[in-house]
Amino acid sequence: MRVETDPDAVLRVTDVSVSLGGRRVLDRVSFSVGAGGFCGLIGSNGAGKTTLLRVILGLIAPSSGRIEVAGGTRSRRNPQIGYVPQKIALDTDMPLRARDLVGLGLDGHRFGFSWPVGKRRSAVDEILDAVGATEFADARVGNLSGGEQQRVMIAQALISRPELLLLDEPLANLDISSAAEVVELLARIAAEQRIAILLSAHDMNPLLPVMDHVVYLADGRAASGTTDQVVRTDTLSRLYGHQVEVIHVQGRVLVVSGAEHQAHHADDTDPTRRGP
Amino acid sequence: MLGATSWSPLFEPGFFSSEPVHVALAVGAIAAVVSGIVGVFTVIRGQSFAGHALSDIGTAGGSAAFLVGTSTIYGFVAFNVVAAAVMELIGIRKPRGRDLATGIVLGASLGLAALFLYEDTISSSTTGATVNVLFGSIFTLPPGITTVIAVLGVASVALIAVLYRPLLLSSVSYELAEARGVPVRLVGGGYLLALALAVSMSAVTIGAILSTALLIGPAAIALRLATRTGVAIAVAAAVGVFACWVGTLIAYDSTVWAGGNGWPVSFCIVAVIFVLYFASGVVARLRADRRRATSGDQPTAATPVEVA
Repeated sequence: MRVETDPDAVLRVTDVSVSLGGRRVLDRVSFSVGAGGFCGLIGSNGAGKTTLLRVILGLIAPSSGRIEVAGGTRSRRNPQIGYVPQKIALDTDMPLRARDLVGLGLDGHRFGFSWPVGKRRSAVDEILDAVGATEFADARVGNLSGGEQQRVMIAQALISRPELLLLDEPLANLDISSAAEVVELLARIAAEQRIAILLSAHDMNPLLPVMDHVVYLADGRAASGTTDQVVRTDTLSRLYGHQVEVIHVQGRVLVVSGAEHQAHHADDTDPTRRGP
Repeated sequence: MLGATSWSPLFEPGFFSSEPVHVALAVGAIAAVVSGIVGVFTVIRGQSFAGHALSDIGTAGGSAAFLVGTSTIYGFVAFNVVAAAVMELIGIRKPRGRDLATGIVLGASLGLAALFLYEDTISSSTTGATVNVLFGSIFTLPPGITTVIAVLGVASVALIAVLYRPLLLSSVSYELAEARGVPVRLVGGGYLLALALAVSMSAVTIGAILSTALLIGPAAIALRLATRTGVAIAVAAAVGVFACWVGTLIAYDSTVWAGGNGWPVSFCIVAVIFVLYFASGVVARLRADRRRATSGDQPTAATPVEVA
């Protein structure tokens, strides 16, 4: 389950363990993501995905192990990390345009007001254009669709020109076509801007076309490598500690419990669940 | 400038020359501006309950002030600031924890308010304390109060100005603000302090019970109309001032109409806010319809509709 050590990795996680409230949430997790790499962080709810992202962000201290981002050890407010949190609840009455939210990505942590300077405006315009959000730049964020909101959140995370982009379940509430668009956008950003992307998801299928690396979490332990190395019956059975089977159906991957041939994560991988 | 006498029937005689009216208009305007600014954040942070609780908690402070014989504003400020600090200490990170913390502090304070108001009632020198504390006394404020209110107002607005961006960011997403290195608890605590001051000021204006109306009403109206935070804040402040002044005028005029006993100012101000809230709903509705009509959803002929 060890990964090859990549000397040019933007993110390197080495033997990271985390205990929260006496429970071991992450157990010796190791992986790395290089510049331009697109890595999926896959696991069911409670597998430790959000915890791992928060450790990388410096919000949770690991009980052991090391995290390096762009060569340095992690610290709070690392400008090299762009972050798209889970479940952003944007009410329709939130008086904030898409471009205002992106502007907060640039300087929202600073005290006081931001003054409307041309340089700031052009930076916002440029990044809105890069994510294809120019059309709704002046609309209220709360009135945008889920896919449009994700684009704005991605722009917000990219405007500080990070080397690493972390996204926590960005596809969770999107329909299939919006999810595919967001994934395509992220793949393009990773390739064009040489940004390392780590994206958590409970369903790996929307990511299969673009993901070059996968970290699969189960009960706090991780298997990582290329998709072909990890998403296999033997690797995942070892990870889960019991027999599971990886089935390929019409270009989709299902991970089912081997014993009763019952879907191990029926909720997560059932292709009928995500309707259009 | 407006003449002192010739504006009848809109302005009954003496409105512009009355000292209590001057104080009422000044104090009402300051309280409305501060409440509008702070209220926008109260609504987008989903802390209306905390705002309402603080105003109820202020009741204990206002009634205590009566007992010791000082101006109610000091009682409101002292109790609200302490209550805000306790709410922050108990922990208000999650909406649920926030509600619990608010509820616990609120319950304890209302108990105290019951005690103090009782003491006020049985002590003969403080007749009218209950009505004064709960429903305001804008026409009987001492002239020196304007300075105190102005200082508190500037403090509250300055606090919001300093916290502006991190406060907005943490209102959008606590997790995002945290990840960006925003000291989220400090920012939330600072905002609660500004809220405590704003609520104290509007408690003096329209009473502890009704001060939520001045905090939430104009902000809710602004959020229906404005797309940008700055604009929403400006609209909320303007609506608040308008409601306060028009309400004060109606109350003043009503004393003449009713031959002596006019309607309470608090009622008039809240009534104006209520009417404006419905009007803003109509405006927002019409705008949404027009947007839908002009967007590509419904292909309509590009000919002018209004020919009148």
